[in-house]
Amino acid sequence: MSDSKNSLNRREFFSYLTVGWVMFSAALAGLGSLAFRFSYPNVNFDPEMEFLAGTPGDYAAGVDERYKNAFGVWMVKAEGRLVALSNICTHLGCIPTWLPSELKFKCPCHGSGYYMSGVNFEGPAPRPLERYRISLQPDGKIKVDKTKVFRAEKGEWDNPDAFLTV
Amino acid sequence: MLKALINQLADPIISFPIATLAFWWMIKYYRFFGSKKFGMWALIVSIPVVAWFFADPNFYLIIKTPDNVPIGILLILVCFFTWFSLHKAAVNDERIEQGLVPIEALPENREKVWSWPNLVYTELFAIIACTAFLVIWAIIFKAPLEEPANPTWAPNPAKAPWYFLGLQEMLVYFDPWMAGVVLPGLVVAGLIAIPYIDTNPKGNGYFTFMERKWAIISFLYGWLVLWVYLIIVGVFFRGPNWTFYGPFEYWDLHKVVAEYNINLSEFIWIKGLGIGMPKNLILREIFGILLTFAYVGIIPVWVAKATKIGRKFYEDMGSIRYYIFMFLFITMMSLPIKMVLRWLFSLKYIVALPEWELNL
Ligand code: FES
Repeated sequence: MSDSKNSLNRREFFSYLTVGWVMFSAALAGLGSLAFRFSYPNVNFDPEMEFLAGTPGDYAAGVDERYKNAFGVWMVKAEGRLVALSNICTHLGCIPTWLPSELKFKCPCHGSGYYMSGVNFEGPAPRPLERYRISLQPDGKIKVDKTKVFRAEKGEWDNPDAFLTV
Repeated sequence: MLKALINQLADPIISFPIATLAFWWMIKYYRFFGSKKFGMWALIVSIPVVAWFFADPNFYLIIKTPDNVPIGILLILVCFFTWFSLHKAAVNDERIEQGLVPIEALPENREKVWSWPNLVYTELFAIIACTAFLVIWAIIFKAPLEEPANPTWAPNPAKAPWYFLGLQEMLVYFDPWMAGVVLPGLVVAGLIAIPYIDTNPKGNGYFTFMERKWAIISFLYGWLVLWVYLIIVGVFFRGPNWTFYGPFEYWDLHKVVAEYNINLSEFIWIKGLGIGMPKNLILREIFGILLTFAYVGIIPVWVAKATKIGRKFYEDMGSIRYYIFMFLFITMMSLPIKMVLRWLFSLKYIVALPEWELNL
């Protein structure tokens, strides 16, 4: 009992321990939230999910690559329909190239090939390219909405939102 | 002339059977291929051949990219070490046949030394040599940086790092889920499982082929033909649009290869029975599903019951080890089988359920 001045008693020890432990957890939580924030990019280069794509009169029959680099969409006009075709390969998500002379999309990663309509016919791609929601605004502009996709193997390509009649 | 021929032969449809045959010969006549004489002659012959390859502008374009330098090193090392192990095994097998102990078991080779300094000095030297090598390499070849990433554009051809090109080649024949997740996972799991499946104590600490034939054959086939060969294909024979190009062929962006792949279900329902595809998904793919189950479930049992070697395996390993081994082996063999089916019948998927993201 004589050295009680310079040594901790039980109660003091626990209060120190509590303070220390709270600080330690707080530091850990701060570090964790910083690390979490770090995993999100500072600048986002992803293309917009919604955009205006001119008027129906802008398009000639065939594949239009105007919006491909900015938004990742091919506008394809064929058989009286204008559709917004995704440019993401259904195999592993590479970006195919449009080959105008062969009239097909061809993926540089494993060689999948798609017709102009987006239907897959060669290589390993298991299903056709997806199409995006496309609609005509009251002011005559075309709006493409990439948040809604239409998949051919589910029979969604005939959905009225999946194409514009032109 | 010769170059045109080589370009033709390099096409995986031809070069894959050649690689498999060459592998089989190498194993069958390993004493010949593992002899010092063969090694010497192979080295002597390969030097002018390699020089001749390098002299071709199109081939040089591929091999000179900094990315591909490691592949050159890999190929040289793989050739050397394969020959080296065959050589050692051939020598030992001959000694064992004569009733002698393997070289590694001779009294003068069993002598023990201290790891300090003998091993540690060697390791230190290896560390220094490797560092020096990497520094010099880094100085000579600049890092192949490209433009900033762009989510709406991909280089053509888009090639994985060289050590993954075997996997990328595999993806040509499989769904990404299979070739990207299941098969690589099984490769890793299978490699980890080897010491537990293969409990044969023979060959511990010395080279031999005869005493553990099947283990060596199945491993080397997977390694040399299904991994290294596919890396070679991916590096040298794949150009823009992932089309096949011979090693001496100019990478013409507009090379057209007619190809039209169809699924097994379309083969059977449309071409075979002529009655169009059923609406029900399971019914549509029923043949593929049955085939897959037969392949994975029935073949191992049948092999264990009906073939001599299967019976022997089954007895030696016990049933659990045997079925694990067979499962891994069969999964490995699904790659060459699917490659051949693609080439012969343009078969895309055996089970094609894109609605469920499930394709085999
Ligand atoms: S990602 Fe397009 S073919 Fe594999």
